Amino acid sequence: MKKKGVGMSCVLHPTGNKGAGDPSQAAIQLKPDGTFALLVGAVDIGQGSNTILRQFAADALGVPIEKILVSNFADDFAPLCLGSFASRVTLIDPHAVVNAVEDLKRRIREWVANEWEANPEDIEFDGETVYLRGDRERRSMTMDQIAAGANFGGGYNPGFLVGTGAWQPAKFHAHDPETGEMPAVGAISFGCCIAEVEVDTETGVVDVTRLVQVWEVGKAVNPLLVRAQINGGLHIGMGYALTESSYPYWPTEDYAPEKLGDYFMPTFLDYPPELIYGIEEVPHPAGVQGAKGFSEGSSNGPPPAIIAAIHDAIGVWIDTYPATPEVILKALEAKKASE
Amino acid sequence: MKQQVLTFILNGEEVAVLVTPTETLLDVLRERLQITGPKRGCDDGECGACTVLLDGEPVRSCLTLALTVEGRTVTTVEGLMVKGELDRLQKAFYERGAFQCGFCTPGMLMVAKSLLAKNPNPSRDEIRSYMAGNLCRCGSYEEIIEAIQAVAAGEY
Repeated sequence: MKKKGVGMSCVLHPTGNKGAGDPSQAAIQLKPDGTFALLVGAVDIGQGSNTILRQFAADALGVPIEKILVSNFADDFAPLCLGSFASRVTLIDPHAVVNAVEDLKRRIREWVANEWEANPEDIEFDGETVYLRGDRERRSMTMDQIAAGANFGGGYNPGFLVGTGAWQPAKFHAHDPETGEMPAVGAISFGCCIAEVEVDTETGVVDVTRLVQVWEVGKAVNPLLVRAQINGGLHIGMGYALTESSYPYWPTEDYAPEKLGDYFMPTFLDYPPELIYGIEEVPHPAGVQGAKGFSEGSSNGPPPAIIAAIHDAIGVWIDTYPATPEVILKALEAKKASE
Repeated sequence: MKQQVLTFILNGEEVAVLVTPTETLLDVLRERLQITGPKRGCDDGECGACTVLLDGEPVRSCLTLALTVEGRTVTTVEGLMVKGELDRLQKAFYERGAFQCGFCTPGMLMVAKSLLAKNPNPSRDEIRSYMAGNLCRCGSYEEIIEAIQAVAAGEY
């Protein structure tokens, strides 16, 4: 018999280590053709950090995103980033990028002021135009002109216009011995997941028939990527809840998986036929433009929601991940025996 | 092992290449012809990342012995672009974010290409079923389904 059930989970996902330092660095250089080379340490494994860090650099410079080239090529040459983990990059790295842009602007001001024999504080930016406050008609240069002038010299003074930046949520902060207080995280994101399942009481197979997951992300810097990460986190979450295990043929290691096909990840057919996502934005004070990370949390919402839905469907709490057919049938047998 | 000449049509052009009988099509594409669109995921026929079209049918190139494609037509993701224009499916995947890391994408595109050739207007369930042999660890299934539906609906 197939039984339906609905379950819900709420997730609190900390991002950015506030207690023990957690810095990232960035550098940005004005290239001879007027584009900007942004160097970051964050590794983009597909989550889109290169994309959003370009967005932040473009915003801070007031130039189109196409003007920003990004590279995180090789640790030997890249600025440092403690890593792409714990959803920390969207909170931390944009600060490093924005700081680097401000530093570059300062260098550009100094270079232009030197050319014009002016005070750097009187140099203003308007997108890709740099001008002298109060004399824009006579004293203005485009970023292309500055780039060519500084990089190729000629009638201008040569310059190497690079800005660098670094940021971390807070300095090291030991536990307060009296209270035990320690501000451990830079920001927290909040999520909610509701799952509907269908449990086959004869075979023990659980199908997720509908699933909704909503995340409060501070600022959805790139809504397409936020959506991909909410729906994508479900892949790990569903596998964790129902199928993925290094030892699916428990109890002996002799039956451990030997190849990818022995390790059951969700396929197109396992994904819920009806899948809904949602994004909430409450700007976070610690983030650039209110942004913070969340995506690891989207893997954490589905498992408890699915387990709660199984309870709703068949009246047993499963306390073992993954809830394979074997686990479900044993739980049903135990329930029957106790009745 | 003795090498033999293998001749086949790759992305519209005839190629001839020396191969050994135990080499797979994936080996030949990636190692000998530098066609790196097809990805070596599991190398075991389970993930679908190496999928190419053989005479229009999707096959796992990691399970296909290279010499069996003699005289036949192989299309990889490199062959989808025509005269510098992305294929409609490529545009839809790109604009709708139907991938994150992109490793599975060449295989997904080839299977989707084959699906739309056979069934220009597939239902959601037909897409799920046809694509089910290809794994995406980033979990982009929903976005891939939508991208295929958008192409079927003539949006690209």
